[in-house]
Amino acid sequence: MAKTESTFKNMALSLTLIALVSSALLGFVYEITKEPIALSNFNKKLNAIKQVVPEFSNNPNDEMFRLPTGEGDSLDIYPAKKDDIIVGYAVNTYTSKGFSGNISLMAGFKPDGTIINISVLEQKETPGLGTKMVEPQFKDQFNDKNPGEFDLEVKKDGGQVDAITAATISSRAFCDAIKRAYNTLQKGGMK
Amino acid sequence: MNQLQNFTKGILKENPILVLVLGTCPTLATTTSSLNGIGMGIATTFVLVGSNVAISLLAKVIPDKVRIPAFIIVIASFVTIVDLVMQAYVPDLYKTLGIFIPLIVVNCIVLGRAEAFASKNSVWSSFIDGLGMGLGFTIALGILGAFREIVGSGAIFGHKFIKGDGILVFILAPGAFIALGYLIALANKVKKT
Repeated sequence: MAKTESTFKNMALSLTLIALVSSALLGFVYEITKEPIALSNFNKKLNAIKQVVPEFSNNPNDEMFRLPTGEGDSLDIYPAKKDDIIVGYAVNTYTSKGFSGNISLMAGFKPDGTIINISVLEQKETPGLGTKMVEPQFKDQFNDKNPGEFDLEVKKDGGQVDAITAATISSRAFCDAIKRAYNTLQKGGMK
Repeated sequence: MNQLQNFTKGILKENPILVLVLGTCPTLATTTSSLNGIGMGIATTFVLVGSNVAISLLAKVIPDKVRIPAFIIVIASFVTIVDLVMQAYVPDLYKTLGIFIPLIVVNCIVLGRAEAFASKNSVWSSFIDGLGMGLGFTIALGILGAFREIVGSGAIFGHKFIKGDGILVFILAPGAFIALGYLIALANKVKKT
């Protein structure tokens, strides 16, 4: 077969055909992978919720509700109930003050506002420095603290949080995210 | 050139990273650990093989003047497939490599092989070429990743063997340049002897 010549008709026709076939193929793959993707995202979220609140018997994902942060957006709150009594709230909170990009956390609170546990969902901090926020050494210092009396600022800023060495910005951002979660819960009247 | 030479040229003689020095952006960015490097290598290999085969099949049909946009559509489709499949079945790897997968589209190796090899050779040769090039890319990324992981965080394949930190600079961007430089020098030495 001879090489197709670069006439206007040939060019338009071949590009259209290639684009058509490609998009059909992509649509097909998208349909196949849609469910597994949704499932893996769902599992990731559910695992994070399980880590930060006590044992529950309801489905927090179904009872999820949103509370406004007062800054023009809202946070997802997952209530954890055991035998219809609220045992804790898992709050999907965020901060835009990270060293590189947004940080997304799942923070668990007791009904009285005490922090139970925190799980890092997403962060792009500097490897080896800011990424240490996922390690228990840093994040577990918040456990069993009530932000009402525990000052959520790094020690450098006059607070009570031990910052990560050489990653003060990341530590500040972490505190910022938890503060946002706590304030949102309080304002929403979740006592 | 027989098919064996065609296959092995990608590993050392024309290694995309160490000799052609193509696609250094994902190379430097993803090789913070050996697993990330190998994962990126495998994803790129899949795209390379797929696009090489598709393009060698289409080469005769595509008019010369629009060959680059046509190649890019083919490559972008394969990359999106890899992106979706990884998201669905290996979410952990996707989490670390996520932002670099779409960048395979503009990876010079893929378009470079399409233009320089696949559009001029048979389907079978293009398949072998893609496989060899991909393997060379994966090996180079694996070595680079393993080196940076061992020196930078004192671990191998995620298993730590020292307490505390390694030499942090090797995990960060400057360390990637330093390590890549030495790796290229080493490959040149091996090639000459």
